[in-house]
Amino acid sequence: MAFSTSGVDIRTRLQDLIPKLVLSPSIAAMMIFVYGFIVFTVYLSFTNSKMLPSYDLIGFENYAKLWALSAWWTAVSNLAIFASLYIVICTAIGLTLAILLDQKIRGEGVLRPIYLYPMALSFIVTGTAWKWFLDPGIGLENTMHLWGWQSFHFGWIKDRNMAIYTIVIAAVWQTSGFVMAMFLAGLRGIDNEILRAAQIDGASNWQLYRRIVIPMLRPAFMSAFVILSHLAVKSYDLVVALTGGGPGRATELPATFMYSYTFTRNSMGIGASSAVIMLMTIAAIMTPYLYAELKEKP
Amino acid sequence: MSGATQDTAVRTSGFSRTLIYLVLLLFALFFLLPFFVMLVNSLKPLSEITGGNMMALPQHWTIEPWLSAWSTAQIGVEPTGLKPYFVNSIMMVVPAVAISTVFGALNGYVLTKWRFRGDSILFGLMLFSCFIPFQIVLIPMAMVLGKIGLAGSVQGLVLVHVVYGIGFTTLYYRNYYASFPTELVRAAMIDGAGFFRIFWRIMLPVSGPITVVSVIWQFTNIWNDFLFGASFGGQSQPMTVALNNLVQSSTGVKEYNVHFAGAILAAVPTLFVYIVAGRYFVRGLMAGSVKG
Amino acid sequence: MRIIGKKMSVVLALMASTSMAQAEDVEVLHWWTSGGEAAALGVLKDTLKSQGIGWIDMPVSGGGGEAAMTTLRARVTAGNPPTAVQMLGFDIQDWAAEGALGNLDDVAAKEGWDAVVPPALQAFSKYDGHWIAAPVNVHSTNWVWANKAVLDGLGIAQPTTWDEFVAAMQKVKDSGKTALAHGGQPWQEATVFDGVVLSVGGTEFYKKAFVDLDPEALGGAQMVEAFKRMETLHSFTDANFSGRDWNLASAMVINGDAAFQIMGDWAKGEFLKAGKVPGTDFLCFRVPGTDGDVSFNSDQFAMFKVDSEAAKAAQAQMAADIMSPTFQSAFNVVKGSVPARTDVPNTAFDDCGKKGMADLAAASASGNLVGSMAHGHANRAAVKNAIYDVVTAAFNGEYDAETAAKNLADAVAAAK
Repeated sequence: MAFSTSGVDIRTRLQDLIPKLVLSPSIAAMMIFVYGFIVFTVYLSFTNSKMLPSYDLIGFENYAKLWALSAWWTAVSNLAIFASLYIVICTAIGLTLAILLDQKIRGEGVLRPIYLYPMALSFIVTGTAWKWFLDPGIGLENTMHLWGWQSFHFGWIKDRNMAIYTIVIAAVWQTSGFVMAMFLAGLRGIDNEILRAAQIDGASNWQLYRRIVIPMLRPAFMSAFVILSHLAVKSYDLVVALTGGGPGRATELPATFMYSYTFTRNSMGIGASSAVIMLMTIAAIMTPYLYAELKEKP
Repeated sequence: MSGATQDTAVRTSGFSRTLIYLVLLLFALFFLLPFFVMLVNSLKPLSEITGGNMMALPQHWTIEPWLSAWSTAQIGVEPTGLKPYFVNSIMMVVPAVAISTVFGALNGYVLTKWRFRGDSILFGLMLFSCFIPFQIVLIPMAMVLGKIGLAGSVQGLVLVHVVYGIGFTTLYYRNYYASFPTELVRAAMIDGAGFFRIFWRIMLPVSGPITVVSVIWQFTNIWNDFLFGASFGGQSQPMTVALNNLVQSSTGVKEYNVHFAGAILAAVPTLFVYIVAGRYFVRGLMAGSVKG
Repeated sequence: MRIIGKKMSVVLALMASTSMAQAEDVEVLHWWTSGGEAAALGVLKDTLKSQGIGWIDMPVSGGGGEAAMTTLRARVTAGNPPTAVQMLGFDIQDWAAEGALGNLDDVAAKEGWDAVVPPALQAFSKYDGHWIAAPVNVHSTNWVWANKAVLDGLGIAQPTTWDEFVAAMQKVKDSGKTALAHGGQPWQEATVFDGVVLSVGGTEFYKKAFVDLDPEALGGAQMVEAFKRMETLHSFTDANFSGRDWNLASAMVINGDAAFQIMGDWAKGEFLKAGKVPGTDFLCFRVPGTDGDVSFNSDQFAMFKVDSEAAKAAQAQMAADIMSPTFQSAFNVVKGSVPARTDVPNTAFDDCGKKGMADLAAASASGNLVGSMAHGHANRAAVKNAIYDVVTAAFNGEYDAETAAKNLADAVAAAK
């Protein structure tokens, strides 16, 4: 790799230029469509924009209003509950399934797509299916009653203290297969010689995984964490499809909050300020990862 | 068992193997249940759904809901079913996936084999762009599309999806190419091969697995997108918008069996891609993106 | 012969519309995508087609038009708004204030809209004295729908006062059935609240609270009483109401599992589709205590600014077709609502429709016609949603009636 900086004389000037030319459309697009738009949003958050963007600056008023809204606090605390449970459970299920599937399982070719397929479905599909399944009147509870288990009760989706957990269930269902694939890929990439050497030293299966395999999966853990956390922060579709933010506004998340203030409540300024807070959260999560990512391959 | 002989070194006993199968099957059940509910209820007449057990098999099997969802259900003012929108989605997805994948591959190639000062900062910026919530780009994007005259067109939609997909595809290819021996590229350069020739002859032939990952990822995301499709689709609204119109109709009778059939129909292409290419998916991930 | 003639004219119209498709198409953004109402809209499409005007359909449903409004914002920002957009209440005024809407004064003058459209509706269809939108229908929200067989079986007469209503519901509850079929979504709770607030203080209090946003009305004793009535209603719902679609709640009444539903007149369509007959199978009456009052909302097509003369002509033609008595009658018979002009004959309507038309005319004359808060006809979106928040939270038991009234005043003040 050192070669690229040491300057090889064979390169002509033109050849030196081509890579940058190839990269430039993507960079230009990104500068406009991502960073330009972020700047635009930050600007909007300081204006009194209502239905359409306006350019009258009003300072930090939107931020003050935002933090005074109880719905925003609900959204933020819901995100904390949702994100932590979602990330932990998805990682746990993904890792478990990957480890179990890696035991030379017959039928892996059938099981793997079964675990993976929810990722292929759109939120409308996931939401419709789960909304049904979790509805006590027509779904699981009703089915259990019809099958004779009269005392069975599962009405979380109707309970404003529990509804957020149904979002966790559906979200875990959708992505844990994908996390499994990442861990499985990580497991398959581990050199078996190392494991055999440890076995010869008398390590048990449990020790093998805890001491050797899991630490070696660090990159997979990192990737899973980043993908899951950004999905958690961006979670919008599933909430809309599953609970519509209800009962009441008990399952509001920052992304649904931002959408509703920007587009249905005609308070674009407040919507933009919540978007800025979200972006800052994402940046706080991402920066350490990016730093590590970029440092590893200098 | 023969655990130690092949790709895994871990030995397991007969009892724990039974347990493993049991756990795996339970999870399979958990993953399949919602789909089962959709499938079973899409094959029932409406009266059986509103009155009966959602888990029960249909008493009268019918494919009427499927036919209705595909070609006669009311989507807008005309009862066209999902059929015409399917074509719209294809027209949008294919170019968007192709273009973003090509750019991702070239970017990854540049960022690993033709490095220059500041390239990792550029990559960092690109990576961060994957995480921008799409709701916030809606209004500025509409302004830009309006300015360049692509509002409400398929080209506009393709542009949007390419722009927000390049970050992911670049990430995949970059991590994949990073583990490819640079010596080979260097040797080719010494032999006088140029930028594109090396890409074509050396990089591309080994890019199969990661291309599968990139295509699956992009295809799924673009196919399932609703927000951009509804906002910028104009007269070529994609399938998801039509499906949403089908299931979200605010006033009027809800034909749940048709909704379920439509939901499955809309998911067929992505399901197909996952199931057919799923085998290469893990291989592709293994080769690239999870190696930090 | 007539049929052949009609076919010929359709073919001719088709040829005409394809030959000048560019200049004379109307692009219509709407969220009427379910069977009946989309079919009703199809009538308009066919009428336009016979006049040589093509129809480009842009349906975006979801959240009672919320998704469509997002799409609209993207379209307007991009500089290519649709020709006509289905819209409610203050949204029309907001878009007019942005200068995005066209002008229908010529066609309105020619067709004499000023004389036949109730003034309360004109407040939304006109901005700054100019016509900007064509109203399609008038819905009203303070309706109760009841299963007649259930009431007869329990010996319950149609309640006329709030107390009778509560007593009737108690009787139903005691019999083991669900008294009030309700869907727990914020807009449905707000719809119920429309009727409840009217029942407490009539249109005078309603206007003070929801139109003038008077803090004393919003936080006062009458509002506490309104929230108490919401608590009472909550006690008559089944345990499973949260998140339920309104039409599933209607189905509960249709099937005799529940006795009453408080819902706008679009609910009638569900009953009719189930083959029920007004007066024999089901009853429609105003929320007890609100007789003579009508809280309305009106679907209108707001006309956006278009450039070419041909497009303007097509747009004006569309507006004229929407306002024609034949379309108003045909559409509203299907939709469950009543015509937006008062001179449409009621012959095609059923008993509930006839009552609705008579009530509208009477309320309009007596000044008891008020815009529905729940459907954006009493105040702007920010305020409406602030009220939604409190009503929904209170209905779901987050706080008691006193706190709710106080929070309502605070939330409205913050959103104003």
